[in-house]
Amino acid sequence: MAMQDISRRSFIKVSAAVGGGLLVDMTIPAFAQSPLSSAPEEAATLNAYVRIAPDGTTTIAAKNPEIGQGVKTTLPMLVAEELDVDWKDVRTEMARLDMAAYGPQFAGGSLSTPFNYDPLRRVGAATRQMLMTAAAQSWRVPISELETNAGTVIHTKSGKKLTYGQLAEAAAKVRPPDLKTVSLKDPKDFKIIGQPIGGVDSPLIVEGKPIFGIDVVVPGMRYAVYEKCPVFGGSVVSANYDEVAKLPGVRKVFPVKGGGADMAQLFDGVAIVADKWHQANKALDALKVKWDEGKFASLSSATFESQAAELFKQPPATKVKTEGDVEGAFKNAAKVVEAQYAYPFLYHATLEPMNATAHWKDNKVEIWAPTQLPANARTAVSKQFGIPETAVTIHMTRIGGGFGRKLSADFILEAVAISKEVGEPVKLVWNRRQDAQHGKYRPGGFHSFKAALDAQGKVVAFRDHFVTVGADGKPGNSADLSPTEFPASFVPNLELGYSVMDSHVPTGPLRAPQSNALAYAFQSFIDELAHAAGKDPLEFQLDLLGPPRPPAMLPSRFGPPSPGFNNARMAGVLKEVAKRSGWGTKKLPKGVGQGIACYFSHMGYFAEVVQARVSSAGDVKVDKVWVVGDVGNQIINPSAGSNQVEGAAIDGISGAIHQQITLANGRVQQSNFHDYPLLRMHEAPQVDVFFLKTDNPPTGLGEPALPPVVPALVNAIFAATGKRIRKLPIDSAELKTA
Amino acid sequence: MSYTIKVNGQSRTVDVEADTPLLWVLRDELDLKGSKFGCGMGLCGACTVHINGNPVRSCVTPIAAVGDNAITTIEAIGSTAIGKKVQEAWLKQDVMQCGYCQAGQIMSATALLTKNPKPTDKDIDDAMSGNICRCATYKRIRSAIKEAAGLPTADTREV
Repeated sequence: MAMQDISRRSFIKVSAAVGGGLLVDMTIPAFAQSPLSSAPEEAATLNAYVRIAPDGTTTIAAKNPEIGQGVKTTLPMLVAEELDVDWKDVRTEMARLDMAAYGPQFAGGSLSTPFNYDPLRRVGAATRQMLMTAAAQSWRVPISELETNAGTVIHTKSGKKLTYGQLAEAAAKVRPPDLKTVSLKDPKDFKIIGQPIGGVDSPLIVEGKPIFGIDVVVPGMRYAVYEKCPVFGGSVVSANYDEVAKLPGVRKVFPVKGGGADMAQLFDGVAIVADKWHQANKALDALKVKWDEGKFASLSSATFESQAAELFKQPPATKVKTEGDVEGAFKNAAKVVEAQYAYPFLYHATLEPMNATAHWKDNKVEIWAPTQLPANARTAVSKQFGIPETAVTIHMTRIGGGFGRKLSADFILEAVAISKEVGEPVKLVWNRRQDAQHGKYRPGGFHSFKAALDAQGKVVAFRDHFVTVGADGKPGNSADLSPTEFPASFVPNLELGYSVMDSHVPTGPLRAPQSNALAYAFQSFIDELAHAAGKDPLEFQLDLLGPPRPPAMLPSRFGPPSPGFNNARMAGVLKEVAKRSGWGTKKLPKGVGQGIACYFSHMGYFAEVVQARVSSAGDVKVDKVWVVGDVGNQIINPSAGSNQVEGAAIDGISGAIHQQITLANGRVQQSNFHDYPLLRMHEAPQVDVFFLKTDNPPTGLGEPALPPVVPALVNAIFAATGKRIRKLPIDSAELKTA
Repeated sequence: MSYTIKVNGQSRTVDVEADTPLLWVLRDELDLKGSKFGCGMGLCGACTVHINGNPVRSCVTPIAAVGDNAITTIEAIGSTAIGKKVQEAWLKQDVMQCGYCQAGQIMSATALLTKNPKPTDKDIDDAMSGNICRCATYKRIRSAIKEAAGLPTADTREV
């Protein structure tokens, strides 16, 4: 992503910090970006925050929510690098929510790296220059004669030295430089960026310190649970409020009126407030609610399947991309291949369930919450309760897993509604059943593919009819199909289109939204085509990618236009992963196979090889995954970076082997980890991670390693057994041979 | 009801209902927030504590069943030699992503190494499969356990 013009008004606000340190509030207008689709903030600015104590201890604000993707460490590393301080002298501090000062503050889209890599380095460089200016003034020497090293300004000619701690107070009075023109280090001189640096909160985590949302304690707070209708959007008719209110510790039981049809917002429900959470949760056993189940009590997964089968008999309701003449090409083809793929709704299953603590007082509310998108939550609270955004204060806590679920504000709205009713601070914690049954699910979907090969085995036509879920003919959140979906523009005749089933199931982004499902369907079908063409899948993928061509600049859902698919980068990671995995060179035992797949998402290029074994009982075990990723010329923190990739690969396998959310009578049927299993230690494969560095700006790692692992696994199963998995999760009965 | 339990070497008296899970006594009565709530059914291991050195799921252990057995939580595990080594290994291997499950993982790992100082990969699988890591840091958990045991940290399972 290109750095946008930051020249309009670059300034740094400086004031003296408490205790005589340097407090730098820097504001630079950030990218000329459109606001986040769901965060209605206007053109955002970017800001960083540095505090230096007299002893040189340097505190750097961590601007974005930490969900385990490592940004509380990696973003301050960017500032520290250019500031030229020793990492051991750095402390990081969660920033307040203040987008006027800090620019966009959210955890999503793998965007922390591309949005902040250049701007935060400039913040560090500008702060360094202020310290050098203070030294130059003190010594009456030109700044050009100064250099810095690990928190010290040095005048080599005279041998004079002053530490940043000594200079901080004077530097606070220096006019800040133009961020646009500050000079940045040559990457070969980096001392912090590129180093495997441990997570800043890790020492607290291994000692069990209370740093997560669920750990928040506010003096005088009560605890709450909130029970919603098992059918989405249902409302409360009546309940045995008085009976439940008599139970031990229970203070108040009452209905909350939700926001109605808008599924993203507050649902109707019954709140139980007690002295302790266990008391509130246990009181649920006695709660009897009469629900008006509303319009969606007949939803079922079986209906979705039969509806999809019907819709496949017709052309797609909406065409998203048409190139050439698909029908003509099918008629003249040497070979036509057709296949249908299906995948289920998935649940985020963050290990820390939804929770929030709220204190409503005098038409203002203070909130402590594990939120990935705090500004959106603030707006939602303001709208729901009719108070100005300035009356809503949100404190960002560490987040015990996000994966996109905590972009939503539903649990925060509930906590606020409950605190408002009881007039006391309240901590709301969902139990696991509530968490599983009131998700913002990864949408399930169905694909009907048809492709044509010519006599040489080259793809001459490709068609996908995607049956997706949504409402009123529109795909739901994270349920759409982009006109750029590969192989669009890589085959001469292509048609991509979709039809929508009105499901009304609340859906939302789950790690690598859209991509986590589309990669499975498209890359599995492309593997089928390779086999139909009688070609090695790697060679077939490379042929399909063709010779290098310049990527188009595409409008981005977030931020400025970004470079579109670059086929040369994809070919690069494919070749590399083939080399590392020994693709095509290994003699594998019976029942063991390797599969290859690649996918471009979140500006990252990933190719993966999975080696899986299938037992005679049909059980699938992944032995090893080789991952090669190209996310540009720099991995900010190789330890955190490879951790993301290792986790993403296993996450994808976990979903493909174990997971589905199904509906019956409008109700989610799964409730906990016994019926929604997560992959465990004994099933965890080895993961080999390699970053192929290319001359491109660094991009994010939270998501793009996940999508290709699913088709790589399915392709490996085909290699091992000759059976093609066209429906997820993998059903071992289909693979059983004995 | 009043219960006096031994937590991290101290006697603590709490007034709770008999069926209150130990997890919620620790978290909300004694303000020991390190043990985590994940599932409430003993399925995920985030709430793991030691009772007389054995790893136990505190979310399904009622306070009435605890008696005068010695409870150790993540907050005090560093005061044992093996617990300290495990914590250090977790930092050295940079295991954490979100970190929410890791208290439970460390408690299970410490119990394993206390009984079995040189575990095999199979031993690690057996001892750790009750602890879910949603971020899937399993590779690093495995190497951290080996690190704490003084074993080579490379994954030597056959592929």
